[in-house]
Amino acid sequence: MLLEVKNLKVRVADKEILKGINLTVQPGEVHAIMGPNGSGKSTFARALSGHPGYEITEGEVRYNGKDLLDMDPDERARDGVFMAFQYPVEIPGVNNAYFLKAALNAKRKQQGLDELDAIDFMKVVKEKLEVLHIDDSMLQRSVNEGFSGGEKKRNEIFHMAVLEPALALLDETDSGLDIDALRVVSEGVNAMRSPERSFVVVTHYQRLLNYIVPDYVHVLSEGRIVRSGGKALALELEEKGYAGQAAVGARR
Amino acid sequence: MSTTTEQIEKLANTEYKYGFVTDVEQDIAPKGLNEDIVRLISSKKGEPEWLLEWRLKAFRAWLKMEEPKWQNVQYAPIDYQGTSYYAAPKEKKKLNSLDEVDPEIRATFDKLGIPIEEQKLLSNVAVDAVFDSVSVATTFRSKLAELGIIFCSFSEAVKDHPELVQQYIGSVVPHTDNYFAALNSAVFSDGSFVYIPRGVKCPMELSTYFRINAQNTGQFERTLIVADEGASVSYLEGCTAPKRDENQLHAAVVELVAHTDATIKYSTVQNWYPGDKHGTGGIYNFVTKRGICKGDRSKITWTQVETGSSVTWKYPSCILQGHDSVGEFYSVAVTNNFQQADTGTKMIHLGRNTRSTIVSKGISAGRGQNTYRGAVKIGKNARNARNYSQCDSLLIGDRCGAHTFPYLEIKNTTAKVEHEASTSKIGEDQIFYCESRGIAKEDAINMIVSGFCKEVFRELPMEFAVEAQKLLGISLEGSVG
Repeated sequence: MLLEVKNLKVRVADKEILKGINLTVQPGEVHAIMGPNGSGKSTFARALSGHPGYEITEGEVRYNGKDLLDMDPDERARDGVFMAFQYPVEIPGVNNAYFLKAALNAKRKQQGLDELDAIDFMKVVKEKLEVLHIDDSMLQRSVNEGFSGGEKKRNEIFHMAVLEPALALLDETDSGLDIDALRVVSEGVNAMRSPERSFVVVTHYQRLLNYIVPDYVHVLSEGRIVRSGGKALALELEEKGYAGQAAVGARR
Repeated sequence: MSTTTEQIEKLANTEYKYGFVTDVEQDIAPKGLNEDIVRLISSKKGEPEWLLEWRLKAFRAWLKMEEPKWQNVQYAPIDYQGTSYYAAPKEKKKLNSLDEVDPEIRATFDKLGIPIEEQKLLSNVAVDAVFDSVSVATTFRSKLAELGIIFCSFSEAVKDHPELVQQYIGSVVPHTDNYFAALNSAVFSDGSFVYIPRGVKCPMELSTYFRINAQNTGQFERTLIVADEGASVSYLEGCTAPKRDENQLHAAVVELVAHTDATIKYSTVQNWYPGDKHGTGGIYNFVTKRGICKGDRSKITWTQVETGSSVTWKYPSCILQGHDSVGEFYSVAVTNNFQQADTGTKMIHLGRNTRSTIVSKGISAGRGQNTYRGAVKIGKNARNARNYSQCDSLLIGDRCGAHTFPYLEIKNTTAKVEHEASTSKIGEDQIFYCESRGIAKEDAINMIVSGFCKEVFRELPMEFAVEAQKLLGISLEGSVG
């Protein structure tokens, strides 16, 4: 078992957003978390990544047998948890390639591997760029600075490809993307699917799941998972909408 | 912002690394300042009569002047009579090579990570090392001499090239210029002198390391750099000082003269003792730096990284007299704890088609106060003058401050002057983004800050950029690929 979330309760600015989430993710699985605005799906991803604005009030999260909640955000990242941001942050003046090299070497150092020098690092990077069909001009620009919405999301997937996480959290990666950008991003994710890597994909729209086909779909409403099912559940939601899901969940 | 503040406080609580005192016998003048002290300094240095007279004129002018009060800094009154105005390591004998330098002094340089030998061998940098006001080691001089370049201590220049010194001293910063410049002119102890003859491009970066060492001894350096027609030079100045409890006054003067088609690049990394985290101690740094682009198409570039001192008062400026001359000012000023900086530049456009660029990056943390003060003056004959100014402030935590005072005085309607300013807080979201990629918080802050300063760092000569990185505690961006 890669990830086990038990009765997770999270508060943001004194308001309880998550009211007891339970979720188990096995290696290689893709789980989609869906739900209407305000249901708490982004909160779930951000809490797992260790964002300081999200206060855990109750519950337990085991990651690879370790207590995830006891780890700092950078420790989680070095241990293989990756967060693709809904709104990637701009860092002016910090070269994207330099940033990634620092990130990758921080991770390698923790794993007891030698740090990569510039030449070896560029080899890794070129390979990933090719797979993702990303132009290498992105390397020399400052992190996300002046990037279009689509470029920012592609950059997130590029970071993920270089850092090769065991658990990738995608926070509404499809928001603000046109259909072409969505396809590029999805292909990137699909190229990275493997038996050793799991994904938790947070999305409002079923559209993304046409491209990234999940193993499981969970519907979040008012801070609780109200329904879980296979990929067919996403299609059902597309047809019927989120209204009534809480009631359906309550009946079960 | 609590976590960021905490982090900064942790960084700030790191002991000042260069706080050690070297035990060398000192030759110290009695405390106090009067004409006798001025005469003593001049005679100790065996100066000619004209220089003594110049010092005395400056001293008499200084007596009639008042310490400036307009700057946005606060500090305890300076006791000018409680300070000693001269300290020199006791001279043992004339030195023929570096090996003869006092081992204590050599050890000091080693502690600072400035091994002279290594610099000679590896970095091709000639070092004129100033240790408490008197030069003890000069390298590469013969190589430079072959090209006619003079690079020596100010005292030596007075002895060996009096006509050059007499011609240029006070020609850019008059002995009556301001309170601190007048004081310096009266009591300056030593400094550096550079002369690049006509048409010569100096083949190496020239550098000097200053270091304040003797307790209660003000440091009054004086630097004069002259680039003759078509000449060019890059000069590096770097400073660290040992830890002291009492405030130490530093009032330096730097004068640059660029003749027709000449280029001077002057870079500084300043890391004097900033005081402790309670605001006790630290250097008072009152510096007058000015260059004149005398000839057409001449260019002067000031680049500074100011991380030290408890109080900084410093405005490296350019007088753009020659037509088509260019002045540039690139600055990073960091204030932490109780440090205060009031720094900026003056660009004075007199010639036609003169251009100036100002890029100022102020970083405030702790209770630091950072003020940019800049003036752009366009004279009535300066047709088609252009200026671009950019002043950015970065705040870390919520107890610090950033202030910007840009002054404009334009007397020619063809001038184009642009000013951009921004103030931002280092964001929790930026730090978290770095952390989410596995980068530890401290490294993240360093990375964000050095990104903010990038436009200035890239103006520094490579080896100095490395020094700046060390002193800022920032891992400077390396280039990959």
